[in-house]
Amino acid sequence: MREPLIPMIGVVTNIRVDTPDVKTFRVVGLDGKKPFLHIPGQCAMLSIPGVGEALFSITSSPTEEAFLEFSIKKCGCVTEWLHAMEPGQQVTIRGPYGNGFPVNTDFAGKDLLFIAGGIGLAPLHSVINYCRAHRANYGNIDIVYGSRSKADLVDFEEILNVWCKEDGINVHLTIDNAQPDWDGHVGFVPNYVKELNPDTKKTVVMCGPPIMIKFTLAGLMDLGFDRTNIYTTMELKMKCALGKCGRCNIGNKYVCKDGPVFRFDQLDELPDEY
Amino acid sequence: MKKIAISELNSLFAAIAADRKLYIPTDDSTGQSQFTIWEEGSILSRNVNTVRSAKDSFFPQVENLMGFKVTGKQIELIETRDPAESFAVFGVRACDVRSFDILDRVFLTEPVDTYYAQRRENVCIISLACGKPSETCFCTAFGIDPAEPKGDVTCWMTGEALYWQPNTEKGEALTAQLSVLVDADVADIEQEKAAIRATAEKLPFGKLDLSAFGQGKTKELFNRPEWKALSQSCLGCGTCTFICPTCQCYDIQEFNNGKTVKRFRCWDSCMYSDFTKMSAGQPRPTQTERFRQRFMHKLVYYPDNNEGIFACVGCGRCLRKCPIHMNIVKVIKTMGEGTK
Ligand SMILES: Cc1cc2nc3c(=O)[nH]c(=O)nc-3n(C[C@H](O)[C@H](O)[C@H](O)COP(=O)(O)OP(=O)(O)OC[C@H]3O[C@@H](n4cnc5c(N)ncnc54)[C@H](O)[C@@H]3O)c2cc1C
Ligand code: SF4
Ligand code: SF4
Ligand code: FES
Repeated sequence: MREPLIPMIGVVTNIRVDTPDVKTFRVVGLDGKKPFLHIPGQCAMLSIPGVGEALFSITSSPTEEAFLEFSIKKCGCVTEWLHAMEPGQQVTIRGPYGNGFPVNTDFAGKDLLFIAGGIGLAPLHSVINYCRAHRANYGNIDIVYGSRSKADLVDFEEILNVWCKEDGINVHLTIDNAQPDWDGHVGFVPNYVKELNPDTKKTVVMCGPPIMIKFTLAGLMDLGFDRTNIYTTMELKMKCALGKCGRCNIGNKYVCKDGPVFRFDQLDELPDEY
Repeated sequence: MKKIAISELNSLFAAIAADRKLYIPTDDSTGQSQFTIWEEGSILSRNVNTVRSAKDSFFPQVENLMGFKVTGKQIELIETRDPAESFAVFGVRACDVRSFDILDRVFLTEPVDTYYAQRRENVCIISLACGKPSETCFCTAFGIDPAEPKGDVTCWMTGEALYWQPNTEKGEALTAQLSVLVDADVADIEQEKAAIRATAEKLPFGKLDLSAFGQGKTKELFNRPEWKALSQSCLGCGTCTFICPTCQCYDIQEFNNGKTVKRFRCWDSCMYSDFTKMSAGQPRPTQTERFRQRFMHKLVYYPDNNEGIFACVGCGRCLRKCPIHMNIVKVIKTMGEGTK
């Protein structure tokens, strides 16, 4: 029997600097191959022994066959260590964890509206690229993405050079405050979403800081969206990611196992403790 | 059914311990009992129950999971699992036997916790009916019969003899090894069972009304004002969680001795403020939320996920040990009254 807490060893083969505090790490197994298969929205535990273990969304799409990628924001022990290391460094990795997004069921055939703030793009990046790779299975794709400044937009090159140039994909970028080299939209994500006045039949996938989620959700409600059609991911402290250490529950659901993806009507059923 | 004279107990323990580790409850210098490894001269405690539950023997408070050797950019994984060895625990009460089922549902469901599973497979649980349930016992409220504990073997103790009834294959196998046991008649313990049930019938909290709790009660209970008053004096010491036989929460930590890194797990407590604290915030900012979590988990969330089974077995440990005399009975009564 394989022990789920025992990780495999992986190698970080590439590190991309995205923003002043976000880097994207490419991880393969010791055999040079992708460590494991996943579905968009699932996560993995990365660790540097002696520093600690932490959970991150797999930001690469399942359609990427060669590796897994993680976009990681620097904010504490593990993340600072990861930011300081160099390619070739080995790490431990275990996963995949969580339910992931219903890309082949509920999302199939739908027009999709992705709304992300800051590092919240990490899990959505995986879904977006999955949908792009299976383009015929989905309707129009709208992406609203905002951050503090232009320099804080994660995956900016790919957004500009790939997503923005593709038919059937509309990218709406926004930054909090005006700056000289920015001719795009300026303002917070919730307001921008309201201004864009999207069709309420779209399926919404939203991820970002709690405050953004709160106000964007209120805006979507005002526009007439249905809560059964809005998805988000939850973030709680985790240790085991197996539904056993008892740490990440909201009511009777363990976010690591039953989540991190929830619909808002599902969250409405849970106690307000997140 | 087998039996052995009480005066011969030592030879029974010696026979069990011949080829395995045997834990039995013994009294420490303060008169409290703990499960300790039997050795020649160990004296079986006559207390109703141990301070800590026997869950320690297969879900130890601290346990090494694995090790790592880090050299430059390389990481080497070192397996540090203890070798599997059979052991037996004698004197487990009915409430604690039930608590193992509650833990099994957590650790033995996919993905199986193999550290736990390995010890669980290798342990032979020898339960012991409760001669005299104490005033803090309320196992009967959860449908547990203190006169008929489950386990691999069930024992009853009368004034003269210990009666021995194997229930499982493991129990039968052990019994076959114990030539010190002699045949007995099932009828011999009927009187003893009746006496235990008569005492249990009179337990002050034995008929605790649990109707306010169970599956689907989150909405009714979560925002109730009583949580504040109930949790007001809670010290957040975690004593109740550490002695509770059904508490499962653990932390994963590392120890770096300069040469290798040991990754170990240790019990944790939902009563602690840093249990859920993270960079993005703290979903349970005060002791009220943490306190509520402990009781909602035992009385609502766990039943929600486990066909209505409560994650309390009425062992009474939290009634005996909480420094501020708060406990699950007070919670059940207070919330129950408020519901009426
Ligand atoms: C389902 C899920 C998915 C996630 N996906 C991602 C993802 O894709 N990308 C990502 O980046 N994160 C993601 N996270 C968050 C990530 O798990 C945490 O950022 C990570 O655990 C932090 O670990 P750490 O050891 O670096 O921080 P820790 O050292 O554990 O600590 C953070 C704590 O230290 C303090 N702290 C220390 N240094 C700082 C600092 N510089 N700034 C602020 N506070 C500080 C904070 O107060 C905080 O309480 C996800 C979390 C979950 C639950
Ligand atoms: S033992 Fe009592 S004081 Fe300590 S955490 Fe439990 S309820 Fe609070
Ligand atoms: S909550 Fe208290 S009475 Fe119930 S099983 Fe735990 S320690 Fe025993
Ligand atoms: S992280 Fe351990 S239960 Fe979810």
